Amino acid sequence: MSPREGTGMNANLFKLREVQLALVLAALVAVIGARAPVFLSARSLDSLFTDTAILVMMALAQMLVILTRGIDLSVAANLALSGMSAALIDKAFPGTPVPVILLAATAIGTALGAVNGVLIGLLRLPPIVVTLGTMSVFRGTIFVLSGGAWVSSHQMTPSFIDFPLDRLAGLTNLVWLAVAAVAAAWYLTRHTRFGRELYAIGNHPVSAAYVGIALPRRLFAVHAIAGGVAGLCGYLWVARYAVAFTEIANGFELSVIAACVIGGISIGGGVGSAAGAVLGAFFLGVIGNALPLVNISPFWQSAITGAVIVVAVVVNAREGRRAGKQILPSRESAQEVPT
Amino acid sequence: MNTPALVKHRIEDRAPRALGPALRRWETLLVALLVLVVAVGGATQKNFLDPYNLADSTFNFSEKALIALPIALLIIVREIDISVAGILAVASVAMGAANTHGVPAPGLAAIGIGVGGLCGALNAVLVTRFAIPSIVVTIGTMSLFRGIALVVLGDQAYTGYPEALGDWGQGYFFGMIPRSFVILLSAAAAFAAVLHGSAWGRRIFAIGSNPMAAKYSGIPVDRYRFALFVATGLMAGLAAVLLTGRIGSTRPNIALGWELEAITMVILGGVGIAGGSGTIGGVMLAVLTLGMVTYGLGMANVPGILMTIVIGALLLVTITVPALMRLGAPARKGR
Repeated sequence: MSPREGTGMNANLFKLREVQLALVLAALVAVIGARAPVFLSARSLDSLFTDTAILVMMALAQMLVILTRGIDLSVAANLALSGMSAALIDKAFPGTPVPVILLAATAIGTALGAVNGVLIGLLRLPPIVVTLGTMSVFRGTIFVLSGGAWVSSHQMTPSFIDFPLDRLAGLTNLVWLAVAAVAAAWYLTRHTRFGRELYAIGNHPVSAAYVGIALPRRLFAVHAIAGGVAGLCGYLWVARYAVAFTEIANGFELSVIAACVIGGISIGGGVGSAAGAVLGAFFLGVIGNALPLVNISPFWQSAITGAVIVVAVVVNAREGRRAGKQILPSRESAQEVPT
Repeated sequence: MNTPALVKHRIEDRAPRALGPALRRWETLLVALLVLVVAVGGATQKNFLDPYNLADSTFNFSEKALIALPIALLIIVREIDISVAGILAVASVAMGAANTHGVPAPGLAAIGIGVGGLCGALNAVLVTRFAIPSIVVTIGTMSLFRGIALVVLGDQAYTGYPEALGDWGQGYFFGMIPRSFVILLSAAAAFAAVLHGSAWGRRIFAIGSNPMAAKYSGIPVDRYRFALFVATGLMAGLAAVLLTGRIGSTRPNIALGWELEAITMVILGGVGIAGGSGTIGGVMLAVLTLGMVTYGLGMANVPGILMTIVIGALLLVTITVPALMRLGAPARKGR
């Protein structure tokens, strides 16, 4: 589950983190199921999976960024901008087939992510500042594109709206896409050279550069991928809720990062797994979906989420790793280089 | 991996001295930008230079800038706090709750500031005792604090604050200068005195330049971090007092998104995100520049959302241009 497998002692510990999280999640589901058995019905679980699919995909993409000691705050604005673009394409050319829209949204998202990639990968600017800036620019651009107007369901074609919730073998397309994203992220991080290099970069960027890993290209690629996933999710979001406007998914970037943090992905880079990101996303998904069922006001959601994040990071910190003390450790790592 | 490459090859006893000329240039650039903004605004908008309008425009950024000041210090020591807007919400809610029990205005102000300090202390404990990166801690506490405001208020709001509170939030000195702006200037002077004129300030820079070396040279690093998080909470509480007084109500979404605007002010002000560099003067210049841009665009009836493009682009340009210049000059050094 982590790059440290095979270092003996640590192997079990790191395997445990995801297992522990899965156990806690199972216990949570069981408690909720005991209080509100309807939560465990096939219908309710189906909607849980469907509701969480976008968060799962976004968390997996964010995980790749965080693995390299980066962070991408612009993903939600990217999602909204790509989603608005998809809606406008559908509105202007109502005959556009859904696969073309999917590709277009993904391409737009990738292009937006590539802007981050150039600034962070090639110019080596701090990710948090860059994505803070692009977040504002993307969000404002939605307003420019749409003229501040909403694109609502009657302006979208039925096939555009139906795709995310259409079913294949009993599950919605949203869920299938999330499953594909999980498989891809797992394969990428576990079995490709590219994925392993991301861990190397996050563990020690300077050493990674010394052993010949092309940092600029990897960082560029990671941000482009995060952008592409955000673009795809942008279409799915807009189609699913059948409305596009400037403020959609406002603040969603923090839910995405929260899912990663709960999933044990270290903000200091180099530690984390696809399983963790998925579990973290489901943790938030379960909380969001279960509150109304157990008669807790939805106003509690934010507070509970916050408490869960704090507890999760305290528990993770207790596991003895002190990695990632810095927000942006580039400077420290430069100083570690023997001169 | 950009600036440090240079630092690495020099032998210095004081890092900021090497950064001095560059920083001076940065502030010069900001002054030029500010003059340009004011000149363009004055030339294109009829009432831009009206002193009363100018004075009133400070209402829009004074509270935000009060939060930006301690965030500048946090970023200098390589920490960050994105829970500030959440703290502000909780502090405002506490004031609202106290108000319904008839606490008078000075008490409300004390409660707002005190609750802010407590929230800051929670962040401080999590960051220093548990050694958790502050960005993670404050993402969590941001959600937690905002959530507490939501739980208490739901879809309701606290209103009916005493007039004395409004006097501070939206009142004037000499019938013209907003009190909140005067408070901001005093706070900036105090922060500048601490950061640039005291041993504490030198140690803050030392921690930011190299936390490990700072620790080995006898600076109680965690105590400084703790104090700065508490200070951030206190300032967010103070901002809550002024903002609550100004708008006269508390809703759960009060000051939503302010953390990012405050951080933008700080970074635009030339505070290095890698820590160890920055000035209060730069931050204040950035505050004024952003304030004037917002004021001018508002006067030209540009919608607020478009200002976010301008502000975001300004942030990107300010960090990209120096990087491009570095790329042009001594290439291949940092790797």
